[in-house]
Amino acid sequence: MIEVKNVNKSFDGNHVLKNVSAIFEDGKTNMIIGASGSGKTVLMKSIIGLHRIDSGKIEYDGRNLPDMRMKDIRILRREVGMLFQGSALFDSMTVLENVMYPLEMFSKADKTEMEERARYCLKHVDLKEKSYNLAPSEISGGMQKRVAIARAIALQPKYLFCDEPNSGLDPKTSLIIDRLIHDITVEFNITTIINSHDMNSVMEIGENIIFINKGIKAWQGNKNDIFHVDNKDLNDFVFASELYKKVKHTNS
Amino acid sequence: MNIFEDAGRYTLLMRRVLVFPDRWKMFFRQFPKELEKLGLQSLPIVIIISIFIGAIMTIQTKLNTENPLLPTYSTGLVTRDTLLLEFSSTILCLILAGKIGSNIASEIGTMRITEQIDALEIMGVNSANYLILPKIAAFVFTMPFLVIFSMAVGLFGGYLVGVFSDVITTADYLLGIQYAFIPYYVLYSLVKSLVFAFIISSVAAYYGYYASGGALDVGKASTNAVVNSSILILFFNLLITNLMLN
Repeated sequence: MIEVKNVNKSFDGNHVLKNVSAIFEDGKTNMIIGASGSGKTVLMKSIIGLHRIDSGKIEYDGRNLPDMRMKDIRILRREVGMLFQGSALFDSMTVLENVMYPLEMFSKADKTEMEERARYCLKHVDLKEKSYNLAPSEISGGMQKRVAIARAIALQPKYLFCDEPNSGLDPKTSLIIDRLIHDITVEFNITTIINSHDMNSVMEIGENIIFINKGIKAWQGNKNDIFHVDNKDLNDFVFASELYKKVKHTNS
Repeated sequence: MNIFEDAGRYTLLMRRVLVFPDRWKMFFRQFPKELEKLGLQSLPIVIIISIFIGAIMTIQTKLNTENPLLPTYSTGLVTRDTLLLEFSSTILCLILAGKIGSNIASEIGTMRITEQIDALEIMGVNSANYLILPKIAAFVFTMPFLVIFSMAVGLFGGYLVGVFSDVITTADYLLGIQYAFIPYYVLYSLVKSLVFAFIISSVAAYYGYYASGGALDVGKASTNAVVNSSILILFFNLLITNLMLN
């Protein structure tokens, strides 16, 4: 479980996060949603420790990140997997080498065991064996996301962060990636935090949704609650399209 | 950003770079790749530049010292000392600052803007050490060999002038390049090259590591890396020359 308490973050006098508190639970797909510039990426980067917060607490199962020394943060990060918006695969390595990389850095297993684990992870994300020896640039965006998920789970993380996992993907592939993230979260009982503004994802896997508006946590609930909320900012954001207005109308 | 902020950030980055690697196995996997990329792949340009500069220097020295009072071997002597003292270390490094500096800055800069460095950090890897140390180590290790190679090829370029033209006889040239040879000049040149190699690789890595934005910014980082490492090379050239030759 990750608990965020009264987090504040400013950049050059611009107060981006204002007293944000939230709980991200184990085995659930926790989503941070909000419009562009609302502060959701800053919140996620602060939780991971890529931004140093001005005040507040970020507790990973009781371990407060801002109090940790860099050495301890590095150790904690070995329990973290992350799926980046652009996949962030190492382009000097093949698909298989990308997934083996965290194992080679941190596991004591021999090469055969590492390769077995990497192949298991790639199989788990439904990636065909013929692509294992290809470079990331030689596979599609959807496949790159799968490889990134496989790399993120290679070391059996306790926490998984996904930054806009569906960006640049077609709706069908997005759905597959969403379900994959959800299944992995449940199967391995991971604390997953997804940063998204894709409403399809929210409706599909939003088990714990946090809405950030102008740096403030404006709402928290799940995908079922979202239809019955009387929050104008949230409704304007979630039900912006005609399609979702109709969905809301039908549901409420 | 002011010079002090840059210097501070550079120092902090080097503190993260110059530590023992998390995994030696990974370091020794990267090291030969960097040797090949930064060292071996620089050989063609070193050969081409050195041979031509050696030849041109011989012709120009001969043309500018047409004096019956000067001994005939003086052209070879001047060519040799210029190559040893300045060309094969300083000028070669200024040229390599363009090739290697832009290569390192753009590679690391691209990794930064495509979030590959963030991915390493999230995994708990010391990204600065993992990415930069093998490059610095490989380039510093390779540079003395490139410098010695450049000296030899440059002298050979001068010899070719003797063979293919009547500017100087090969006998005069060969006598000149052996006359009053001071081995300390080679040591001086190698010491300079080691310092310059560190400057080129570390400054380029610094600009690449802190690149932000998009492709345009990676280009800017490369340009800054080349310009600033060239200025630092000139400054340290003066400093080392003062310390070692004065």
